[in-house]
Amino acid sequence: MDPTATLGEVLGRRGFGRRSLLKFAIAMTSSLALPPALAPVMAANLAKAKRRSVIWLSFQECTGCLETLLRSSSPSIEALIFDFISLDYQESLMAAAGADAERTLREAVSANKGEYLLAIDGSIPVKDGGVYSMTGGRSNLGMLTEIAADAKAVLAIGTCAAYGGIPKAYPNPTGAAGVEDLISGKPIVNIPGCPPLPEVLSGVLVHFISFGRLPELDELRRPLAYFGTTIHDQCYRRPFYDQGKFAKSFDDDGARQGWCLFELGCKGPVTHNACASLKWNGGTSFPIQSGHGCIGCSEPDFWDAGSFYTSLAGGSSAGWRNTGIALGVGVAGGLAAALSGRRKST
Amino acid sequence: MTLLDFARGPGLQGAWLIMVAGTAWRVSGILLLRQRSHLAAPRIGFAGRVRVGLATVFTRFVPRRTFWPRIAVSVGLSSTFHLGLAVIVLGGAPHILLIHQFFWLTWPNLPKGLVAIVSGVTLASMIALLFRRIYHPVLRLLSKADDYLSWLLVFLPVLTGILLSGETIASYSTWLTMHILSVELMMVWLPFGKLLHVKLAFFGRAAMGMNFARKGAAT
Repeated sequence: MDPTATLGEVLGRRGFGRRSLLKFAIAMTSSLALPPALAPVMAANLAKAKRRSVIWLSFQECTGCLETLLRSSSPSIEALIFDFISLDYQESLMAAAGADAERTLREAVSANKGEYLLAIDGSIPVKDGGVYSMTGGRSNLGMLTEIAADAKAVLAIGTCAAYGGIPKAYPNPTGAAGVEDLISGKPIVNIPGCPPLPEVLSGVLVHFISFGRLPELDELRRPLAYFGTTIHDQCYRRPFYDQGKFAKSFDDDGARQGWCLFELGCKGPVTHNACASLKWNGGTSFPIQSGHGCIGCSEPDFWDAGSFYTSLAGGSSAGWRNTGIALGVGVAGGLAAALSGRRKST
Repeated sequence: MTLLDFARGPGLQGAWLIMVAGTAWRVSGILLLRQRSHLAAPRIGFAGRVRVGLATVFTRFVPRRTFWPRIAVSVGLSSTFHLGLAVIVLGGAPHILLIHQFFWLTWPNLPKGLVAIVSGVTLASMIALLFRRIYHPVLRLLSKADDYLSWLLVFLPVLTGILLSGETIASYSTWLTMHILSVELMMVWLPFGKLLHVKLAFFGRAAMGMNFARKGAAT
């Protein structure tokens, strides 16, 4: 692809006219919760925009996030947006390996200093000098610190990169941490999810390419347009929750009638994400629609927040043994108090 | 760990253990107090005393007719508030789920809308009772910090429960966190203040009924 070509030129060559770009911009402004009047501005800016360098580093991860984003949808303008970014370094996708890959990374950083977007998937192990995940003899922490220094912004893709995710789960043997715990002084966008919704990444990229800045974020640095409401608020089973109709097991009559999965442990009421509205696999379905409660994968420390099958009304028990000890301590205290009282009264 | 995770995990466990230990301490302390020996022969046998004791638990719900004009309002408000709390705790689906998780007991829940109405009535009766406590000259003199603290620690779970149910003003997770934490505060304070009457009121009435029956007094 010609690096000097604008997105408008690239789209034109692939058969997408100005009208298609405007339609796409209208959809994206709606998706990003922007005023409709910004759609023509977005379309004009996108048409003039040039390729933006993206350096993607994979750390302590399972490649699920990358797999999801690669298989996001059939060819579309969204896919072309992904084509349009210049993915200058991604270890799983690039042909180069070893010293060639290292050279590619150095060249990409030096050629786009201060302008490239740094995308991270996976958590960063910091315990024992970060020896638990190394690339080319360098720790993840070292690479992150060095390459983030010259990045325009950092995108933490997936719950692991955003908050530490499953590697950070108790007892966190590698000292895993999220990007925001380790990098300061840089704009950071968290796109959590296990895996994250591809449409959120494309939305963030389109916003950045169109307006030169990141979209509005919530207090956990997530794009507000996608993480502003809970799964529960958008869930098609919500009316059953309001009516008090709950499935009691995964195969009872209530479950077959599509009643609310709250009692089966659904974490939708406390999980912020757009799964219930955007859905997965090209808008086909999402976990609750397929009969399983939300596990809250886009929230920090979701793996340590108790069983996926314990309802939010429940909690973790102190156990009968500890309860017995507490009872014994209490009775002993009462006995001591009673004996002391008897001694005083005689 | 988020505050909600704390509330549903270590917070709940700690509050439960403090409540169990504190209640055991208070109850065993009371049971082991020196009892005054009865010099007179009992008027009725043990079985009769138990029967009267059990009856007293229920007869004391209704005040003597003589007192009605003076206490109708306060008894009405108190009964509304106590019955309301019982309906909320025993009829609300999330509360039944919690009880089922820990004690394997379960029963059908009341409709959410009905529990919401009862919650509103309960909250209103609690506010009315607080005003009465503040503005009634005798009650005000009798009231101590324990009374106001106990009121607050019951009021907060009801208030946050209503806001949680309505999912209004703040997010569901915020109200859920506040609701669970407020209940945990109540659990921690329960054995040490007047809230212990939740557990002792019925035993106290029964013991008093048995004692009166032994002496041949009307209960």
